[in-house]
Amino acid sequence: MPEMTFASAAPDEIPISLTINGQLHRLDVTPWTSLLDLLRETLHLTGTKKGCDHGQCGACTVLVDGTRINSCLALAVMKDGAEITTIEGLGTPDNLHPLQAAFVEHDAFQCGYCTPGQICSAVGMMSEGHASTRAEIRELMSGNLCRCGAYTNIVDAIEDVMQDGRPAVREAAE
Amino acid sequence: MTPFAYVRPTSVAEAVAAVGSSGTARFIAGGTNLVDLMRYDVETPQTLVDITRLPLKTIEDAENGGVVIGALVSNADLAYDERIQRDYPLLSSAILAGASGQLRNAASTGGNLLQRTRCYYFYDVATPCNKREPGSGCPAIGGVNRIHAILGASEHCIATHPSDMCVALAALEAVVHVTGPEGERRIPFAEFHRLPGDRPQDDNTLKHGEMVTAVALPAPRFGAHHTYLKLRDRLSYAFALVSVAAGLDMADGRITDARIALGGVAHKPWRDEAAEALLKGQAPSPAIFAAAADHILRDAKGQGDNNFKIDLARRAIQRALEQAAAGTPQVQAEKRVN
Amino acid sequence: MSNTEAFVGRPQSRVDGPLKVSGTATYVAEFGAEDLLHAVVVSGAIAKGRITSIDTAAALKVPGVIEIFTHENRPRTAWFDYKYRDEVAPPGSPLRPLYDASISYSGQPVALVVAETLQVAQYAASLVEVSYEAEPAVVDVAEVLGEAYVPKQKRSGISPPPKPRGDADGAFLAAPIRLEHEYRVAVEHHNPMEMHATTVVWEGDGKLTVHDKIQGAQNSHGYITSVFGLSADDVRVHSPYIGGAFGSGLRPQYQLFLAVMASLQLERSVKLVLTRDQMFTFSYRPDAIQRVALAADKTGRLQAVRHEAVMGTSRHEDYQEVVVNWSGLLYSCDNVRLDYKLAQIDTHTPADMRAPGATLGVYALESAMDELAYAAGIDPIELRLINFADKDENENKPFSSKELRACYAQGADRIGWSRRNPVPRSMHEGRELVGLGMATGCWEAQMQKTSARAVLTANGHLEVSSATADIGTGTYTIMTQIAADALGLPLESVTAVIGDSSLPTAPVEGGSWAAASTGTAVRAACHALRQTLLDAAAGIDGSPLAGATLDQVTFQNGRIAFIADPVMSVSIGEAMQATGKERIEAEETASPDMKAMATYSSYTHSAIFAEVRVDEELGIVRVTRIVNAVAAGKILNPKTARSQILGGVVMGIGMALHEESIPDKNLGRFMNHNFAEYHVPAHADVEDIDVIFVEEEDDMLNPLGIKGLGEIGIVGTAAAIANAIHHATGRRVRHLPITLDKLL
Repeated sequence: MPEMTFASAAPDEIPISLTINGQLHRLDVTPWTSLLDLLRETLHLTGTKKGCDHGQCGACTVLVDGTRINSCLALAVMKDGAEITTIEGLGTPDNLHPLQAAFVEHDAFQCGYCTPGQICSAVGMMSEGHASTRAEIRELMSGNLCRCGAYTNIVDAIEDVMQDGRPAVREAAE
Repeated sequence: MTPFAYVRPTSVAEAVAAVGSSGTARFIAGGTNLVDLMRYDVETPQTLVDITRLPLKTIEDAENGGVVIGALVSNADLAYDERIQRDYPLLSSAILAGASGQLRNAASTGGNLLQRTRCYYFYDVATPCNKREPGSGCPAIGGVNRIHAILGASEHCIATHPSDMCVALAALEAVVHVTGPEGERRIPFAEFHRLPGDRPQDDNTLKHGEMVTAVALPAPRFGAHHTYLKLRDRLSYAFALVSVAAGLDMADGRITDARIALGGVAHKPWRDEAAEALLKGQAPSPAIFAAAADHILRDAKGQGDNNFKIDLARRAIQRALEQAAAGTPQVQAEKRVN
Repeated sequence: MSNTEAFVGRPQSRVDGPLKVSGTATYVAEFGAEDLLHAVVVSGAIAKGRITSIDTAAALKVPGVIEIFTHENRPRTAWFDYKYRDEVAPPGSPLRPLYDASISYSGQPVALVVAETLQVAQYAASLVEVSYEAEPAVVDVAEVLGEAYVPKQKRSGISPPPKPRGDADGAFLAAPIRLEHEYRVAVEHHNPMEMHATTVVWEGDGKLTVHDKIQGAQNSHGYITSVFGLSADDVRVHSPYIGGAFGSGLRPQYQLFLAVMASLQLERSVKLVLTRDQMFTFSYRPDAIQRVALAADKTGRLQAVRHEAVMGTSRHEDYQEVVVNWSGLLYSCDNVRLDYKLAQIDTHTPADMRAPGATLGVYALESAMDELAYAAGIDPIELRLINFADKDENENKPFSSKELRACYAQGADRIGWSRRNPVPRSMHEGRELVGLGMATGCWEAQMQKTSARAVLTANGHLEVSSATADIGTGTYTIMTQIAADALGLPLESVTAVIGDSSLPTAPVEGGSWAAASTGTAVRAACHALRQTLLDAAAGIDGSPLAGATLDQVTFQNGRIAFIADPVMSVSIGEAMQATGKERIEAEETASPDMKAMATYSSYTHSAIFAEVRVDEELGIVRVTRIVNAVAAGKILNPKTARSQILGGVVMGIGMALHEESIPDKNLGRFMNHNFAEYHVPAHADVEDIDVIFVEEEDDMLNPLGIKGLGEIGIVGTAAAIANAIHHATGRRVRHLPITLDKLL
């Protein structure tokens, strides 16, 4: 067993590659850098929010290889090679993802801070395919807290898109 | 977070050697609890051994008719696995009662077993805690202890184990497969977690360097008569105040075998085989369920804030047994308890 | 002058919506700067006493650490504590971070670590060793009731209780029906989803651009210039998006002081984001121990009302709320005595949290009214109608409007009150007991002096601006709607700019006054452009508007047109061109009508109805339906207005069932200081919420007829739920939150 599997350029830093919203990034990261801090502080992809840094609120939800996780509890180094979709990869203000548009239409947010996490979580939840009723949506979205209390509108927005049968995940970086 | 070295072994043997070679090395898989604790400076490993790329992600049939669940199968994959849903619905239900969709996607089977307590003081390094810093004291005793243990606690620690999945695994009598510096061994689930006694720093009976590689389930049981009932301070995304995993074998209107495990009440998932034995041969009835509950809770002791848990646990056990006997298990998305 | 409203009063999606849903709205911790340093706060471990030593040696050795500030080495700042008083500070001596070795509450900042990266700062912070000499601390207001006092100095904007009227004690004893109970609500923390943060951009030469999580950029601006002795021109506070606040951002919090201090000293840009756990180390809804006594005659007419409250505050500030006055306001009664006192405990100073005072006081009153309804055998709505107050008996003034009767009627109809069997425990569904409960809500409709600017450019684009904030309330959107209507422009031609201290003066956004205040100012500023535009339009050769006066024209669909003959019109673009200017602008200040205020009392009202299902054996409560019927004057935007009420209701559900910051009385510390153990409602806890806006016209307070909506949604909600739980189970729980143990 080698002492270190990686030869790193700078002390403590480990080279990794991540495909983020369709774009390949080669990065050197310290192993204690969370995926969330890498996105926000290093790559300035600040659409992904920090609401607790402990997996207790869901604001940092992103899709890793299509699966929703809390990016605050993921060490970036452990995601080496992964494909990551953040809120920025779902749509832009001029070209919103159907869920983003539905959130606007249903006023499914107020301060907007939990919103990217809610949307990424909903995209992940829809592709998981275990929710069909409002009760199931509520249960499977319960990992995303909203202090403004937009819950009923969020469920309306998700239900709206689910009923439309539009694809939950668009190709990233169209 | 305290800096650490990071290694990514390519085999179980390498991983075990890497952790075994340093007293401060730890395995990491989903990281949903370990990273959380490292950010609070509760855990400060000097090396993290990333095992996520090891081939422990399958659920395989076992010779005894059961299944062997790889330690790296995610909680979500396990809960939604067709075979698990069909043959071990109790396990599936318990997993879905815990955490959130995101956390279940990240968290691993092995890691779920190794979750640490949610005790406020354990998490807060500004306060004493015997589990975190042996000998420093337990302010939960005489302090804020709403979420603490009513069974099996010690004068050193009144923490509870927070897992839902483990409660079901205890009821199902799973076996934990472990590989360590001294080879492989199998640990019956009841012997995996431990009570705090005078060593509250040890949550379980693993030795340093031992890695959970799989969790084996015996042949399916209780497919028709089971439930996982979880009671908590909000309707989802909260740790259990009390939870009950119940499984019954029934024949001709009588209970032929019973398993009851409790979560949120002790330092480990709580089983009481004597109480289970009380149910054998009996027709389901409120009286017999109450007798079983009373037996389980005969030595229960409140700490003040959590005194209510004794009564709550009694009622939860009875309700869970009713659900199991009736063949109407709790559906986790359904907040009405049938 | 006439104008048809194309946007005001109609549902509009948020103008900032596309930015927020795409992650491109920039919150305060998301502003970058060259060579940005990261700062992390070290929080104190004891509740009272002093620091005996701070050892920073190990932390300073970590590569990348720039500086560690403690009380021993902090730069000189203002000495007089009044310099630390912000725009909304209560009487007393504000916290001066790192001022000296004394500790006055658990979690008080004791050091600030500044480093090149966030990770280094976090690690180094864990290495700072602090030793203390601790003294016994008291954090439970119940333990110091004997020390309660009437605050010597009243907090600005907070009315002390009115003088007693009649003989409450005598009337109470003489009445045939009477009850007296104690009510209590656990300490709650605001916990907006965005943690408090400040990014200070060092612009060179002592100039700072400060992005601060604040509900009014000018409050932070004033605080910084006062504390650090900076000139007003050297500091700009810029916070365009605030990720919720609910009152925690009314006052500058300690992270602002610390980040600015570090930036000035190091002459570098500094970012400081608090942790979620540190969100429990400042600002909370205080615990108030309340006693309410009600007496009625056999017809249900109130004979006596007494309401006493003792509320916790810190040792250093007399924080105050309007808690008991509601009991003299909501119902007609000749014999009323209201008392309000403070008691000091060893915590941070409490702070306004959504509907401060009313949430606590109205909860107690409306619970007691429900109890009285049962004692008198009268339907709870009927009891409220019997005692309906047609005037403000506290102030002896008529209401400017009060459509509360319609709220009761429409809300009752929507929830299906007629199906309610009043007997507790009489309604079941399966194993569950079903309960219906109701309560009244009330909040003062206010307006504050506020300025706004309107700038119309040659391309036909209108920008309106004011130094107010949008904490999720919809300020951007309603400003846009009002401005678009004022000049008859499409929404796309209007931009609202806020959250910047350099903009026209505005107070903090709070108290539900922002829409009325900013909205009126925006309208006035836009209207001030009309004359210029009309003059220019009329001056065009052969203008169809030649000789027209403002009262003869309308600004609509991008045109100025004769009301009498709309074909006779000139486009705004042509008019703008005719001014020969690149831009025209106007700034106006809107102030409340003092005469109207002196003559009338102005309040929003609501009737909240809750349907609960209770599994009595297991103590599980499900709030299956809420109907909230609100009378709040003119509704500018039914879509965002509804969201305001939804948000208040959800926080009310949390107050009723979940939220509780639990203090360890030995350590003097809130122990459940995170989102896993401090429970706010999750998706699963919120089923069906129905909002009704009752028609109400009120032009006394402001020309738009707005009363405000930020607070009213929460007021009464917890009481309605508690009353529904009583109806379902027969159990009266008088100490919130109603966790399952209280129902076993």
